[in-house]
Amino acid sequence: MPATYHLSHLRTLESEAVHVMRETVAEFERPVLLFSGGKDSIVLLRLAEKAFRPGPFPFPVMHVDTGHNFPEAIEFRDRRVAELGERLVVASVEESIRTGRAVEQTGPRASRNGLQTITLLDAIAEHGFDAAFGGARRDEERARAKERILSFRDRFGQWEPQKQRPEVWSLYNGRIQKGEHARVFPISNWTELDVWQYIAEEELEVPSIYFAHEREVFSRDGMLYAVSPFVEMMDGEVPFAARVRYRTVGDMSCTGAVESDAATLSEVVAEIAATDVTERGETRADDRVTEAAMEDRKRQGYF
Amino acid sequence: MSAGESSSPATNGGSAAQTAAATVEAENAAEVFRRLADRPADLLRFATAGSVDDGKSTLIGRLLYDSKQVLADQLAHVEQASQRKGESFLDLSLLTDGLRAEREQGITIDVAYRYFATAQRRFIIADTPGHEQYTRNMVTGASTADLAIVLVDARKGVLAQSKRHAFISSLLGIPHVVVCVNKMDLVDFQEEVFDEIVEEFDAFAARLELPDVTFIPISALLGDNVVERSATMPWYQGPPLLYHLEHVHIASDRNLIDVRFPVQWVIRPPATSVVDYRAYAGQVAGGIMRPGDEVVVLPGGQRSTIAGIDSFDGPVEEAFPPMSVALRLSDDIDVGRGSTIVRTHNQPTVANRFEALVCWMSEQPLQAGRRYLVKHTTRTAMVGKVEVRYRIDVETLRRDENVQTLALNDLARVHLELSSPLVFDSYRRNRVTGSLIMIDEASNDTVAAGVILDTEVEEAAVARSGSERSPNVRWQGSRVTRERRREALGHGGATLWFTGLPGAGKSTIAAAVEERLLQMGRPAFLLDGDNLRHGLNGDLGFDEGARAENVRRTAHVARLLAEAGTVALVSLVSPYAADRRNAAALHATDELSFFEVFVDAPLELCEQRDPKGLYARARAGELSGMTGVGAPYEAPSDPDLKLGSDGETVEQEVERVMALLREHGIV
Repeated sequence: MPATYHLSHLRTLESEAVHVMRETVAEFERPVLLFSGGKDSIVLLRLAEKAFRPGPFPFPVMHVDTGHNFPEAIEFRDRRVAELGERLVVASVEESIRTGRAVEQTGPRASRNGLQTITLLDAIAEHGFDAAFGGARRDEERARAKERILSFRDRFGQWEPQKQRPEVWSLYNGRIQKGEHARVFPISNWTELDVWQYIAEEELEVPSIYFAHEREVFSRDGMLYAVSPFVEMMDGEVPFAARVRYRTVGDMSCTGAVESDAATLSEVVAEIAATDVTERGETRADDRVTEAAMEDRKRQGYF
Repeated sequence: MSAGESSSPATNGGSAAQTAAATVEAENAAEVFRRLADRPADLLRFATAGSVDDGKSTLIGRLLYDSKQVLADQLAHVEQASQRKGESFLDLSLLTDGLRAEREQGITIDVAYRYFATAQRRFIIADTPGHEQYTRNMVTGASTADLAIVLVDARKGVLAQSKRHAFISSLLGIPHVVVCVNKMDLVDFQEEVFDEIVEEFDAFAARLELPDVTFIPISALLGDNVVERSATMPWYQGPPLLYHLEHVHIASDRNLIDVRFPVQWVIRPPATSVVDYRAYAGQVAGGIMRPGDEVVVLPGGQRSTIAGIDSFDGPVEEAFPPMSVALRLSDDIDVGRGSTIVRTHNQPTVANRFEALVCWMSEQPLQAGRRYLVKHTTRTAMVGKVEVRYRIDVETLRRDENVQTLALNDLARVHLELSSPLVFDSYRRNRVTGSLIMIDEASNDTVAAGVILDTEVEEAAVARSGSERSPNVRWQGSRVTRERRREALGHGGATLWFTGLPGAGKSTIAAAVEERLLQMGRPAFLLDGDNLRHGLNGDLGFDEGARAENVRRTAHVARLLAEAGTVALVSLVSPYAADRRNAAALHATDELSFFEVFVDAPLELCEQRDPKGLYARARAGELSGMTGVGAPYEAPSDPDLKLGSDGETVEQEVERVMALLREHGIV
């Protein structure tokens, strides 16, 4: 331990996140941790271990499954939660469609991304969750840059950016009315690079699709999409084999790959450090639809 | 750089899918990774305050852009939007204006956070708008800031708004303030304009507690003195803004002296998994904790010892702020969320009544009959009574005592009485244990943010050396005002605080200054650290808590002397920046002059001199915790005067001290 009593920036961010998680479980009755199998929520699981071990997590882990996820991500999800010995709740978009709560889009640009909001809000209501940990970061997107760490949702699950509670020092106001809930973002202040450096430092396992691999893809709007039963190709779109990796893990219908040779964690970190495009700009079709795409989805109750 | 040129780099976006892979090859991945892992990973949080008109968004855009933090797709977005708005240049403010309503109305709604990194530091920017919600927004964004950037438009000078920002920075105890005098391009880069603003701002800031203020003339639009040094303002000798942000000394802004550990959560696995494990989880709010430390749990007062400090990564030898850890105690006592664990010899105040400065943040005004809660560290209590003492006009600093209620953006001193006690320090001493929020019980809204004032703490400190607190002790005001005293004596007093390693030469210089002042017929008095330890501070040892108490008492004596019209010369190692800052703040409260004089002699030289043989004894292991050998010395980041450079005689040094006193009208 250095005599200067100095904490590195990554450990400072870690400590802040652990503090947020402990405040949340203390102030809310039924929290839940949203886990997608992606890198950000992988970090959340490690932070939960830091905050609550040797005890069990004081909350279950929930995945909103679109039914169009990468099989590698689903396999990883089940294995990771089992290793931790924690409880997994799966909320299914498929189920929401089957019961008529959500209506499937059709055509080559169809995506179940937007439908997740319905499934998520239904699951929150069904289980009576009053706080949901999410792995969103403020550096991801302009609307997220304005959101609080502890972000209030009204009884319709909606976010009102103009009516956010002031958030001062590390004093989080966790008081809500019945039916309302809070989204809690412990890694709000982390950047994409921070997340990868942390994964490397902590030697965390991530799904294989984050590393370079051979995949059958096709090009659309400057992005590379995986050829899959979930995406209909349009005229003129030709599949080809490429060495790619994913920077984000979302639904197969809206997440693009990048060409990459980064096959190890340190190569991924180096690639991120050198990149000149944001992860969402590069690989998420859902944020490209309109200039305020994320803001609109957030207002409706998206992650 | 001209406005026209600044848009040109926007075209190098390229195909998004291909860029990432290509750039990696240039440098071996393993090397990049090692470089990132090894680089100084300091984190600086700063807040920017100013209105759209001051060019704040442009400044942040410029910082990000010139330090190459803007990525191709973000830039493409700004370029398109600039064109749509019909701008001929790249409107960098568009990088930070995030929400639809902001873009439509051309205003910034709330605090937005930005992240960037250089080879020196990582930065978190809290970007707070300065329009009508200024106070609420700035308090929200700046509460945890290490540094605040206050923007002043060079054409307009120090406006009411700049004063508000300065005042809020002072209120929030932000250790460093940078005043960026922007739009220098519109006043022909004239030095006189800059100087006038500096003078005007200084005059106002002198009435506040701003320990470190730096002024930088910039043009955010053109990039002068933001990242690159300006070629058009050769008269400005200081560093550009980014360099300052990268190098400002923040390590000593933390309180490593007063151990404070608010318990958030009890970790208690089911009995079947781990045998009888119980640990108290929380984030260290102050001080350094070690296993074996004797502690007391407040507000209950039960004593115990730290049996171990645990983390997921294994046992921890020393826990300090802002680490999140879990403590195990050797005794089975009642500890839960809301308890605060502290050292036995250094305790905070436990009380349900105190004075605070609050910022009202709700559109619903404060109402007498309404039920409010206070959340402070990990405790929440009901408010029994709020009494508004006075409202402060943040522009004139005038106090309005005829106020019953508080409205949005009001700043006021209040007296609070709660249903149950809090465990607190003054905000000045600790930003975690001295801050609170008020919550409206019916709407659940956060309606106010508050900082706890020193009043009760001082009473408690006095009481601590006895055994009982004396809550009924009131300050007895003298009928003689400071002005009358000054008039009668023909001069005012001041405190010169000489700090430095043992053997640096503090007492020698201080004694010579005393001699000189007395020759001039001015009362002066040397308060020597060693001498005080024979009497007033004879009961104190040398651990952190005792050192803090030693400095605190000495500061109070110096203040009284200065108040009485004497120049108090304090010669004290005073190794901790926080203690010295408290001493300065104590004087600032009463508008008394306080000068920090850093006698900066290299350790080897001090050790060579070793006038009292202390270094020899410390090296021989006879003395533990000796500053410079076994305990840290936190050098002042911005002393009023720095002495001790080689080649200077004591006479020359005395002369420099006298010049400082003359400059400030003390002699």
